[in-house]
Order: sequence, then structure tokens, then C-alpha cells
Amino acid sequence: MSLLELEDVTASYGHAQVLHGISFSLSENGATGLLGANGAGKTTTLRAISGTVRTTGRILFEGRDISGLGPDRTAHLGIAHVPEGRGTLGQLSVRENLLVGAYQRKDRKQIATDVDYVLDLFPNLQERVRSNAAALSGGEQQMLAVGRAFMAKPRVILLDEASLGLAPSTARRVYDAIVRLRREAQVSMVVVEQNANLAFSVVDDATVLETGRVALHGSRDELMGMDAVRRAYLGG
Amino acid sequence: MSYFIQVVVDGLSNGAIYAAIALAIVLVYRATGLINFAQGGMAVTATFVAYALTRVGVPVLLALVVAVVFGFLLGALLERGVMRHFEGGDPDTAVVATIALLVVLSGLSAYFFGYEPHPFPSLFPNRTIEVLGVFVSLRSIGTITVLLVVMIALQLLFRSTKLGLAMRAVADNPRSSALSGLPVSRLLMIGWGLAAALGAIAGVLVAPQLFISPGMLDFVLVYALASAILGGLDSPIGAVVAAAFIGVVENLAGAYLDFIGDDLKIAVPFIAVIVILVVRPQGLFGRKVTVRV
Repeated sequence: MSLLELEDVTASYGHAQVLHGISFSLSENGATGLLGANGAGKTTTLRAISGTVRTTGRILFEGRDISGLGPDRTAHLGIAHVPEGRGTLGQLSVRENLLVGAYQRKDRKQIATDVDYVLDLFPNLQERVRSNAAALSGGEQQMLAVGRAFMAKPRVILLDEASLGLAPSTARRVYDAIVRLRREAQVSMVVVEQNANLAFSVVDDATVLETGRVALHGSRDELMGMDAVRRAYLGG
Repeated sequence: MSYFIQVVVDGLSNGAIYAAIALAIVLVYRATGLINFAQGGMAVTATFVAYALTRVGVPVLLALVVAVVFGFLLGALLERGVMRHFEGGDPDTAVVATIALLVVLSGLSAYFFGYEPHPFPSLFPNRTIEVLGVFVSLRSIGTITVLLVVMIALQLLFRSTKLGLAMRAVADNPRSSALSGLPVSRLLMIGWGLAAALGAIAGVLVAPQLFISPGMLDFVLVYALASAILGGLDSPIGAVVAAAFIGVVENLAGAYLDFIGDDLKIAVPFIAVIVILVVRPQGLFGRKVTVRV
């Protein structure tokens, strides 16, 4: 059984419909990518899953329809959304941001261990642990956003364009940590990314979206072998 | 010398009044990210509840407890019924809504109790003691003690509790906080409730000195806002220190600068506040707001 399954999901902002019937699924401990140009509906698909946009169709998480639940309830079920723009809590310290991520947990000892794990995963944050998050660089804020999502001990992390606005080497470092997180933390991932090279370093398969519809679905190797995909997303 | 100390001590007891409301402003700012003008209105309404109870013979302390509970419910109700419609929208709109609430609450108090000031019984004995040639009223000592306790409690709430951390997160970025599973609406409701409950304490503390009326806190609110901003807006300790500073400077200026006297003394602390904020925009104790993009 899939961990997460979208069936014919539509979504709209007011009268503007952005998704026109998206279907894909994510297996337990899997990682799937969502590729596509600007405006294809990648971000909206993640918002549909975390319940921050109005949808129709079915969104099944562990077999249960979660559509319409709202973000705090889906977070409770084990879905951690790392939003576009990172969602950093600027006036809170790095450590406090991580503790907010663990808000729903009660296992205080394990929380402390997990904070240390995040700081080990992102050594840059270690040095800034008492700084206001707003004072971090873009790359550090992205690392913090990923770390905060992990602190919830979720079943699924929804990752929205973690490379956006970062220097290539910084983006690479962020994705290396994400690959390590996937391996060590046994968490499934839905990865939205414009840079397919980065996405393919994490995911097993991917769905290509075009103007709110599924254009293509395939395994990592299938997609990387396709000329059209290579030209559009892999830089030739 | 003893005259000087007397002037300072009197200034501190004025400062205590400003600090009481300033703490409530800081609390609601930390919990909701807004400057809440309805704060004064909620405080006065809750204080009138205490007043009505004392009129029928309820002891002041018990009346205070009831007013605090009433204040909490009033604040939570206003958040749920009115402010929730403005959440997620433009903060300026929400601030204007708080001004509307202030007008409505003051109007309601006036409707039931009239505009003229009424005497209000004090929590503390109405006596003055002499220490080293300086006269201090027990009421001022009591007010300052309660304020210090409240200040420490708020500092602990925001710095060392999970609830405080969650309230700060929601004030910082409600949408992003929801993604970590924080119950945003409920936290805002608790924030408003706590602010109004604190307003009730402040109101009952200052009413004996000011006499209770719907406009009792109007001028205090100006001082309290200045104190909160000077203290850094998000710092309970800063608000109290700034309120004491404003109270003392105002009194010293009135007493020692002949050309200023009682009428102009109100201007002096505000000029001082402006000068300090030019040099230190984040206030005395505020955290510097840094934004990098």
C-alpha cells in the first residue's frame, strides 16, 4: 500500500484553478519528485497535501482521506511541509526554531538528541545556534527549515524548492544532507525542484507537471534517459 | 537631598502605573504580533466588573480574582468573535480593528457606569510610611511588588515554557507555525485572554489612584505605549525599566525645571524617548530585528 496517494486532485485559489486532476503516489520509505516549469502546480500540489489550499479529489495518507484537514492537523498525522520561502521564524533563535518543529512531541530526551543530530547534519547551524534565525544566510535558513521539519519526526517531508536562491555549492550541500537524512531517518519525501539534477540525487521516481496536469511519470532512470526531460530539466 | 529622593520615589509610583499597562501591551505583542489598542478598553471593562462587585460588598481581593477570570474570557471571546476575521490579513487592518474595540468597550462601560470617576477601594492599606525622611505609600510599594512578580512571570513564560515558545512562534509567522502543528487560532485566543487578564490586574492596581471611569486609562495608555516601545516592545523587563524611567524623568523635570512646571512636564519624557530611539531604534532591551533576504 502506498503511504501517500493523490487521486484526481484539483486545487484553486479563489476562482483560479491551478491543479486540474493530479494523481501520483509515494511508497513507504520512498522519495518521489515533482518536476515542472514555473506555474506548473508543484508548490500547489504540496499545499494540497498539507491542507493549506482548497482541493477536490482524494488525498489518502496511510489509507485515510486527509483532504480538507488543515495544516496543523496534517502535521499531527506526520506530514512536515518545508514551504517555499523556508518559513523561518526570524525572531526566534536557531535552537528555538528546532524546538518549534518538535512542538507535538513529548519525549524530551529524544528531542535533545534530535537537536544534536540536526546540528551534526548541518554544522553551519551549530555555530549559530543562539542567533536569531533572521540573521542566517539563505543557505543556513534552508538548512534550518529542513532541520525543523525533521524535528517533528514525520512520516513524510514535503520539500519545496530547497535550492531556490542558493549558490550551486550551497544547494549541493543542502541536498547532500537531505540524502543523508533520507537514508538515516527513514522518512519518505516528496521533492519539488526545478533543478532536476539535485532532485534526482534524492528521488526514486518523479512526476512531471505541466499547467496543473500530469505530463509524464517515470522512474529516475527512465526520466533521465529521455531526451525531452534532459533538455528541459537537466541542462542538455 | 531628601526632597530629591521624594521626587524620585513619587516618579517611581507613577511609573508603576504606566508599567502595569505596558506589560499588558508587551504580552499581547509577544503573543499576537500586534500592538493592541483594545488593551486599555479590556482592562477598564474588567476593572468595572471588579468595581461592581466591591459595591455589593465583595472583598477587593476576591473581586480582583473574578475580574481576572472575566478578563481572560473577554479577551478570548473578542479574539474568537472579532479578531479572528482579520488574522492572516493585513496587520494594519487588525490594528484598526483593535481601536474600534477600544471605542466600543469604553462606550459600553460608560453606558453602564457613566463617565464620572468613582472612587475605587485599594488592595493595600491606605497609609504612608516614612523611610529615611522619604514618604512612600503602602499602595505604591504593593503595586510595584505585584508588577515585579508579573514581570518575572512573563519573562519566564516567554523564555522557559513551551506555551511561551509557541506563542512567540505564532506571533512571528502564523502560517509557518501551523506547518509544525501549532494550533494557531487557539494560541492567539490564549494570548488575548492572558493580555486581558493582565489588564484586569493592572486596572485594579491603578484604579484607586486614578479613580475608575471609562477614560481612566486613556492618558496612561499613551505613557504605557511609550514605555513598551522604549523598552523594546518584546521585553517585559524593558517595559518596566522604561516606565520607571519615564515616571521619574517626568517628575524630576516638573520639580526642578521652573520653566516647565506641572503643565509641560509630560513633554519631557517623550522628548527623551525620541532621542533614545534615534540612537537605539530597537529600544533599551529589544532584540534587534534583523532581516536578510
